[in-house]
Amino acid sequence: MSLTLEPAEDGSKAVVLNFGPQHPATHGTLRNVLHLDGETILKVEPEIGFLHTGFEKLGEHLTWQQYVTVTDRMNYFSPISNNVAWALSVEKLMGIEVTKRCAAYRVLLCEQSRIADHILSVGLQAMDLGAFSVFLYAFEERERFYDLWEMASGARFTPSITRIGGMMREIPDGFLDATSRVLDGIPKTLDEIERLLDRNRIFQKRTIGVGKLSREDAISYAVTGPLLRACGEEYDVRRAFPYLNYDQYEFEVPTHAEGDVFARYRQRMLEIRESISICRQAIASMPGGEMNVNDPRVTLPKKADVYQKMESMIAHFKLLMEGHGIRPPAGEAYVPTEAPNGEMGFYVGSDGTDKPCRVRVRPPSFINYASFPRMVEGKMIADAVSCLGSLNVIAGELDR
Amino acid sequence: MLDEIRRRLGDAVAHEAVCGDDVLTVSAEGMPAALKMLREEFAFNLLADLFGMDYSRAGNPPERRFAVVYQLVNLAGRRRLRLKAFLPEAKPEIESAAGIWKAADWLEREAFDLYGIVFLNHPNLKRILLPEGYEGHPLRKDYPMQGHGERDAFPKYTTQTPLGDLLKERLA
Amino acid sequence: MGLETRLPQGFVTSTLDSVVTWARTNSLWPMPFGTACCAIEMMATLAGRYDLSRFGAEVIRFSPRQADLLIVSGRISLKMMPVLLQIYRQMPEPKWVISMGACASCGGMFDTYPQIQGVDRFLPVDVYVPGCPPRPEMLIDAVIRIQDKIKREKAGGLTAGTEPRRPAFDPADAQAWRPRF
Repeated sequence: MSLTLEPAEDGSKAVVLNFGPQHPATHGTLRNVLHLDGETILKVEPEIGFLHTGFEKLGEHLTWQQYVTVTDRMNYFSPISNNVAWALSVEKLMGIEVTKRCAAYRVLLCEQSRIADHILSVGLQAMDLGAFSVFLYAFEERERFYDLWEMASGARFTPSITRIGGMMREIPDGFLDATSRVLDGIPKTLDEIERLLDRNRIFQKRTIGVGKLSREDAISYAVTGPLLRACGEEYDVRRAFPYLNYDQYEFEVPTHAEGDVFARYRQRMLEIRESISICRQAIASMPGGEMNVNDPRVTLPKKADVYQKMESMIAHFKLLMEGHGIRPPAGEAYVPTEAPNGEMGFYVGSDGTDKPCRVRVRPPSFINYASFPRMVEGKMIADAVSCLGSLNVIAGELDR
Repeated sequence: MLDEIRRRLGDAVAHEAVCGDDVLTVSAEGMPAALKMLREEFAFNLLADLFGMDYSRAGNPPERRFAVVYQLVNLAGRRRLRLKAFLPEAKPEIESAAGIWKAADWLEREAFDLYGIVFLNHPNLKRILLPEGYEGHPLRKDYPMQGHGERDAFPKYTTQTPLGDLLKERLA
Repeated sequence: MGLETRLPQGFVTSTLDSVVTWARTNSLWPMPFGTACCAIEMMATLAGRYDLSRFGAEVIRFSPRQADLLIVSGRISLKMMPVLLQIYRQMPEPKWVISMGACASCGGMFDTYPQIQGVDRFLPVDVYVPGCPPRPEMLIDAVIRIQDKIKREKAGGLTAGTEPRRPAFDPADAQAWRPRF
């Protein structure tokens, strides 16, 4: 952080402090220029773009199936949510309805991503405020999810597991039992974290009443996700615009009224518990049948058929060779999904070729972060650190 | 509700259902009034997304090159609506929506940064994702993906490099 | 060895070189420059399961003036490169750099307009770790290789590591290959 002194309008000198982009408490590459009067923040100027990679431009040069690998790298706390959102948008464009088994498997993986994201977010929030053990306990739970995702796809947390019309592979043997065992262990960790933080006076003083955002402001800033629900507005895309058969699962959508950092922490903890319940329902009701939809426009035929039947060989050729591949009809589609950070979706535009014409990510972190100056002006620097932790800004999604 | 909206907006509006979603195409001049009306009278209180599009390489390009797309949500009634305004290549300007929803502020800066669409009366229309002095609008179809060499144009580092060389405007 | 038999109990003789090298290898203080997904794997390496502090690198210093190992993890974009250069300059000698992940080593899967195609165009890198993202065991292996490298370098008293080091890669060499799009 570097300091400069500059005169304010009334002649007194405001200190300009540079907070970021390399700083332990900015999660990712954000920069805030704080104008301070003592410890009180007069003005915040956020600056972003330190991780801009050109994901949207890259979408115009990769094929529809290849882009799922790029979606992993956006919200890298919960990559499977991004994979599912991408597959849903392209499937809507093509008019494909996935099988029930695929839908249930996607719900299971999305809710696992939600648990992993929220628990790490709580861990980082606590680490910023000094509670380092919470981070270690949270990360151990996340490592258990990494084991599960490695079983399912081969990669720890950049799985690229969805394909248009289905998933990368069938559910591995033992996956559902392993998931049940992991889910049994999480409530214990959550209780431990709550024992450490909920009634901890230091944590309470750093978070209660800090970073309040009113409901009208939150809606005006288009804040979504746990931040909006912690301000009192009950908007959950899974309930409002259901996808993947979410209307057949029973779950609550908790809300809190205060809108401060403590409410957001409690919101995430309650949402983890709801997600555990949805995962259990998905495992119990996992339908049988095929994983990938039987549509020759998107699904590769079975290998035995490719070697023996002419139609299958031609279908295989048309899906994989350069210049062919999946070709959605011309049009534009958008499917909103409830990512752990808020409403996320891919707006895809097609002109009938094998590469998208436009890929737009609705980035919840970017839109949520715009409300940060509102939360923090007039408060102290320590409150800014506390707020940043509660926002869960993920730089990959922020800058794309 | 959609019929009521179309009746209020009058003839300047074309409606189509694209993949099951309702899309209204409004002229660039009529867009600010339409947005205000939708927010105040039809309770579309959440501006979910705002972004630009470049149609110059599309299979059937429309007459105007750029478009600005607004995705609105009515939280109470659980309804979604998409609005589009087409802008000409020579003068891609449209009135800013930052006075209606605060979310439009950063979203419009991003559309300006990546497409060069100018939002009139925006409080702070600067680049948001790319460095200040960057030239070009990368998401336009005529911009190459590898860029024009800005990514290699840093001075090579050695311990003898004077500090002034590194502290260009980019560090400010 | 002969000297030690004549000294009272509890004395060990060695050379200044070895002692300095031993101290440097077993107490590397990393400066994690984490930007993207590799930063999460770096956090995993520092967390409970794959514990980097077993190798002496426990003290994560976010201040470059107190660190000696810069771990560049994640993609580096146009805006971030001057920041990275500034941080590297602020680290005192001797210092080492690990380029973690494909994006930091060569641009990775992002051959796009704002992405620096490898930090070794602008910084001298000691160990490259491939992967997208690399597993924590690979990062630990990289730290061990840095330790081996330090042991091979002569500590040379107290002024070692101060000779000028140049970046390995010259962009002019890359003209022959151009991507298809």
